[in-house]
Amino acid sequence: MAEMDTSSGGGHKKGPGVKKGKKLSTRVDLTPMVDLGFLLITFFVFTTTMSQATAMNMNEPKDDSTQQLKVKNSGAMTILLGKGNQVYYYYGQLEADKVSQQFKSTTFKEIRKLILDKKNATPIDDLMYIIKSDKNSTFKNAIDILDEMTISAVPPGHYAEVDMVPLEQMLIKQTEEANGIK
Amino acid sequence: MPKVKIPRKSTIVDMTAMCDVAFLLLTFFILATKQKPPEVLSVAPPTSVSSKAAPDKSILITLTKEGKVFLMLGDDTKKNAIIDDINKTRNLQLSVDELNKLKKTEFIGLPLNKLKSAMAAREVIPASQMEGIPTDSTNNELIYWMRSVTNAYAGGNQKDLEKMLLVKGDNEALYPIFKNIKNAFKANEIFKFRIVTDSEPVPSGSELYKTGKTVEK
Repeated sequence: MAEMDTSSGGGHKKGPGVKKGKKLSTRVDLTPMVDLGFLLITFFVFTTTMSQATAMNMNEPKDDSTQQLKVKNSGAMTILLGKGNQVYYYYGQLEADKVSQQFKSTTFKEIRKLILDKKNATPIDDLMYIIKSDKNSTFKNAIDILDEMTISAVPPGHYAEVDMVPLEQMLIKQTEEANGIK
Repeated sequence: MPKVKIPRKSTIVDMTAMCDVAFLLLTFFILATKQKPPEVLSVAPPTSVSSKAAPDKSILITLTKEGKVFLMLGDDTKKNAIIDDINKTRNLQLSVDELNKLKKTEFIGLPLNKLKSAMAAREVIPASQMEGIPTDSTNNELIYWMRSVTNAYAGGNQKDLEKMLLVKGDNEALYPIFKNIKNAFKANEIFKFRIVTDSEPVPSGSELYKTGKTVEK
């Protein structure tokens, strides 16, 4: 054997050919077991905390055509949600001859800044965001835009979901075709 | 001359204690975790900054990617009342056995006119193969279901019902179906409900972030 005998200086030595009774250690290496244990812990910790569902409140207005809310043209921003996570917007009211200048397209990344700019530029009493969802927009879009309102701290009552009018549908369709959005 | 003995220290550390700790923690986490009900319908909800936890015993309306609508009633006693009520009001003519079977199904996702045959059949239709509650504007059966729900909760606090009413929709679900669900609520004078979302942190630098409060609206 290559090992050096360091156990003792003296002691009697057995002659050559006499086999030493090998002492088997009862110790087991526990390192892999510890590894496995911690791996499982990490797994459980991650899977449990990640699946926390939260709830977001939704308030719907009563459908009452006698109580139509009048919104000032200067304070209104209409946000339209289209296909493929596209967002379109315009300020005030669409005017027939200036549609192409008014109607702009953007994305969810940039809408936050636009919402904020409008909020800062408008007296709070006049401020109104009108959200209209296209039939091709997804549930995620509708929730995301409401979430954007919360993120930009727009007070409740200053944004509302409204049905789309045919002119807007047509404009979205035209823009989508021009930009090649499927 | 006597030899100078240099004691050799082993680098092997006793792992037993560490192993004990690891498995103790593991057992703790396994036992402390609440068993989540198996997700029969896979739905990936959108994210929001809202930090309010969703309640347990709820009326959950699930909207899948394909646009199917399912109803799940968490409170058993109310569930029985709701099913009895819809059987009566919509004249479904379900037998006692069929009613009991319907009360035991977790997800309700069949048109009313197919409920009887499905409940009479021996084998159970898995939720993934159900066609969902019809919500078209011409035939919005969710209105009837919600009417039975409001009947079952009648007399109680309207706010309690609003707190329990959850809509869980998939990211990819199209907006018009969500609108149909909202219409079904409106038809029953329910104007407040909640949407199940995954929480996300408030983006730094945003207005909400500056105010420094979590959303508890």
